[in-house]
Formats: sequence, structure tokens, C-alpha cells
Amino acid sequence: MVKTLSPNVRDRRLLWTLSLSAATAAGLLLLILIFLAKEAWPVLSTVGVTSFVMDSSWHPLEGTFGLTPMLAASVAMSALAILIAAPLGVALALFCRFYAMGPVARLFRWAVVLLAGIPSVVLGLWGLTTLVPLINDLRAPGTSLLAGSVVLALMILPTIALTTEAALTSVSQSYWTGASALGLSREAIILAVALPTARNSIAAGVLLASARALGETMAVLMVSGNVVQLPSSLFDPVRTLTANIALEMAYATGTHRASLFVSGLALTLLVLALAAAARRSGGQVVHA
Amino acid sequence: MIREAALGLSFATLTLLAVTAFAAEEPSTAAPLSGQLTITGASTIAPLASEIGKRLEETNPDLRIDVQTGGSARGVADVRAGLAAIGLVSRNLKDDETDLTAFTIARDGVGIILNTDNPVSVLTDEQIVDIYLGKIANWKDVGGKDAPITVVNKAEGRSTLDLFTNYFKLKNSDIKASVVIGDNQQGIKTVAGNHNAIGYVSIGTAEFESEQGTPIKLLPLKGVAASVENVRNGTFSLARPLNLVVKAAPEGTVKSFIDFAQSKDVRDLVKEQFFVPLQ
Repeated sequence: MVKTLSPNVRDRRLLWTLSLSAATAAGLLLLILIFLAKEAWPVLSTVGVTSFVMDSSWHPLEGTFGLTPMLAASVAMSALAILIAAPLGVALALFCRFYAMGPVARLFRWAVVLLAGIPSVVLGLWGLTTLVPLINDLRAPGTSLLAGSVVLALMILPTIALTTEAALTSVSQSYWTGASALGLSREAIILAVALPTARNSIAAGVLLASARALGETMAVLMVSGNVVQLPSSLFDPVRTLTANIALEMAYATGTHRASLFVSGLALTLLVLALAAAARRSGGQVVHA
Repeated sequence: MIREAALGLSFATLTLLAVTAFAAEEPSTAAPLSGQLTITGASTIAPLASEIGKRLEETNPDLRIDVQTGGSARGVADVRAGLAAIGLVSRNLKDDETDLTAFTIARDGVGIILNTDNPVSVLTDEQIVDIYLGKIANWKDVGGKDAPITVVNKAEGRSTLDLFTNYFKLKNSDIKASVVIGDNQQGIKTVAGNHNAIGYVSIGTAEFESEQGTPIKLLPLKGVAASVENVRNGTFSLARPLNLVVKAAPEGTVKSFIDFAQSKDVRDLVKEQFFVPLQ
């Protein structure tokens, strides 16, 4: 904290307001966690954590609670989406930052922002009516891990592109000037100077995007088939943790309902772990 | 039998409404309905109950009707616990629920749907069971094209799934689904977008969508066409009643609501929700 010689009233008032707001934000997260744990407790205490990890299937009304296939599906789908979206996003940012002329770069940026603004349910509908039939021609039933990943990739591409571009912009101009003075080509400066300098921020952006991918529900629910199973190929229908909650919560009661809260708790912990990783990876997280 | 009872009840309603309307002009004898009525249960019925409630509130400004969802099971539990005056239950009452009384306000049928591009037009009950169990996995085994069958199933806890599995005596964990869906619309979109899919959805919704040009067709069951008309007259077997459930003999506001919900005054609302009115 900054020490001031003569702390005045307005400063103290600001301090109180700020600390109160910060405490509220942190408190809300804590309350949500407590709520999740409380709702999940009835089934965690009677059925036990092991059932949720070890049971091979998910039929809460018949007493099996295996979450592992859905956890695996969530992670696999997000990882695939990142695999598709990260190279595209970074390439797009590099192009806009270093190669595109003014109006072209603006056009691309505009398109990316527009893509970011498409509601997930619209992307889901597009996936269901266009993408799924295409995949179905390759291998039935079409609703699959692949369809989910592609839709997710479209959804997180703007986040990655915009955070990467912000990170590249924050690379000091003097590096560029210095590297040019040493006679490096544009391509060499990008690969050897700009990208390594911005690496941490780009990684943080990608981790943020994957947290979003993990949490995405509606579009994934519509295109991925929602069958609870460990995916063995890209064409297998899978159910993610979020889709599980959205599909069943409206009709669930008792143990079934509580076990859905366990699936929410698992997801929250996964996302918190990712957020922690994003912090550790160091770069100042740039919000686009 | 049910029809007669409903007719009698609607007659009673008309009398009651006439009496209430008459009484309303003389506030000293009987006041219009007032207070709060809590209704919980099946999400299939909730939108209908909510619309009926709104219409009843229009003529009774002091009445507040609160409709919440949570499934038929919640409807039964809440009525038993006294948390709700009326429960919404989208099935016949079970043997261990004889402490409750059900009043049917409409019927809902579940129909098997295929894409219109699928040449198959009839399936026996056994074939449907075998398809859902994964024993028949190709349409050519039931007289169709050589193409793998995409089995569309509902998510656990949905009452449509309950009705379907009860009728075909299936266990949900034995069903080999290729796609699991939530609501009827998602089911219709999935089958409309996949030539080789088979699914089941509410008949009212499916008939409406198919009339609007959505490429789906309803399959007959046991030779009976899956239509709203056959659900109403009880000949279509894969159907269910939509019930209002109470613990004690209904009186006061509860009775008025039940009578109103069974009357002709709400018939248009029942149809709007793609259900089948009883009269």
C-alpha cells in the first residue's frame, strides 16, 4: 500500500469503497462455491466421491454416477478447440498487426469482433443444421466431439486473436527498431523478437479462452450428441459436464439433482485450476 | 367415462362461474377469488397451467397464481408436503400415490418420428425396441436403405422418456443412443437434419411442425396413426394424461382453478401448447 504523509478523508473514503467492492466480488465467488458444495453434499456424503470417479456410466436414477467420461469429454473438446483456434487466432493477429494495410486490418478486426458477438445459441443452430449433416455424411450420427470442437473453436477464436494482438501491440517499439537496425528481416523479427516477448500474454489469453470453452453450454449441447461415453474417435457423440447440467437440471429431483451439482462443482474446480495456471504463466492478462 | 365426468365438471364450472359472476355484483355474499395459489410440478404442464392461471387472474384481480417447474415427482412431493396446493403430474398416478386425487385437464401423446426422406413407413413395437437396444442398427433390416440408424433418446428425468420407456418396457441404461436431446424442439431439429435418425417427441408439437413443412413424419403404432385426434379418443396407446393433483378434496380457490382448467374456456390455451383437449 502507498503511504501518504497526510491521509485525507476523500482518500480514506475511496479506500473503503474499493475494499468493500473487492470483498464483495471475492465473497460472491466464495458463496457460489459454498452453495455448490452444500447442494452437492447430500449425495457426496452418501454415495461418496469414488462413485463419481469410478462408476462406468451415468444413470443417477439407477444409482450410477460416473462423471469421468464427461470430464474427459469436456477436456478433450476444449483441447481440440484450442488446437484449432490458437494457430488461426495467432496467425490472424500477426497478419493484422504486421502485414495488413490499414483498411484491411480494420476489416479483419471488425469481422473478428463481429464473430465474438454471435450468441452461442446461434452458432449452435448453425452447427446443428449445417455442420452436423456434413459430418454425418462422413460418419453417422454427425453430432460428435468434432462438431462440438469446431463450434467451440469459432467461439474462442476472437478471444485468442484479440488478446494476441493486444499482446503484440504492447511489445516495445524500441525492440522493433533495434532489431531492424541489426538488419533482421520482418519475418525474423516476428518469430525471434515479437512472439517470444509476447509469449506469456498470448499463453494467458489462450488459457482464458479455454476456460470459456470449458464453460460453454448451449452450442455444445446442440451439436455434440450428449451420449455419456469416453470418446474413442473424433466422430463419437459425447456429453460435456455443462451439457449434462443443462440437459437434466430442469427435471432432476433429490439425489439426481444433487449429483448434477457435483458435476457443477467438478467443472468449477477445473476452471479455477485453469485460472490459477493462467496467473502462474505470468503475463499480464490483457482483456480484449 | 372421463369425458362424461369432464362434461359434468365443465357444466358445474359454468354454474359456478355464473354464480361467482352474479355474486361479484353483490360483494356482501361472496367475494371474487383472492389470495395466493402455488402450483408446482411437471414442466410439460407448467406453461399451460401458467396461461390458465393468467386468464383466471384477469377476472380475479386479487388472485395470485404462482407456477413453478421441477418435474412430476416434485409436484407429488410438494402437494404431499403442503408446499403447493396443486401438483402438476404428466402421467397416471402410481400405486403408492393413492393418497392423492388427479384431475385430468388434457392429454399428451408421444409419437415416433423419422425424416421424410426415410422410405420406412411402419415399424412394429418389437422393431422399435430392438432399434433402441441397438440389436437393429441398420435401416435395411427393417425394409429401408442401407444406412446406420441414428437413435435419438431423451435426457434422464424427462417425462417423455418415462412414458416411452414404460410403454416399451425398456431400461434407460440399456438404450444405445447415438444422440441424447433435451426438449421436443431439439428432437425435431435433430431428426429433420438427419435422414437416418429416429426419435420420439410430443405428438402435438410434431404434428404442428410437420404441417409447417419440417421434414419429419410420425409413425403409426399398432396400426393406429399418431395424430392429435387419436390421442384425444384414446386409441393411440403411447399417450399420457396431464393431471392436476391435490391431497384433500378440492375447495375454495383450488376447486375454482381445477374447474376452470377443465372448462371449455381454456380450450384454446390447451391447443396453443400442442396438447389435446378432452372434450
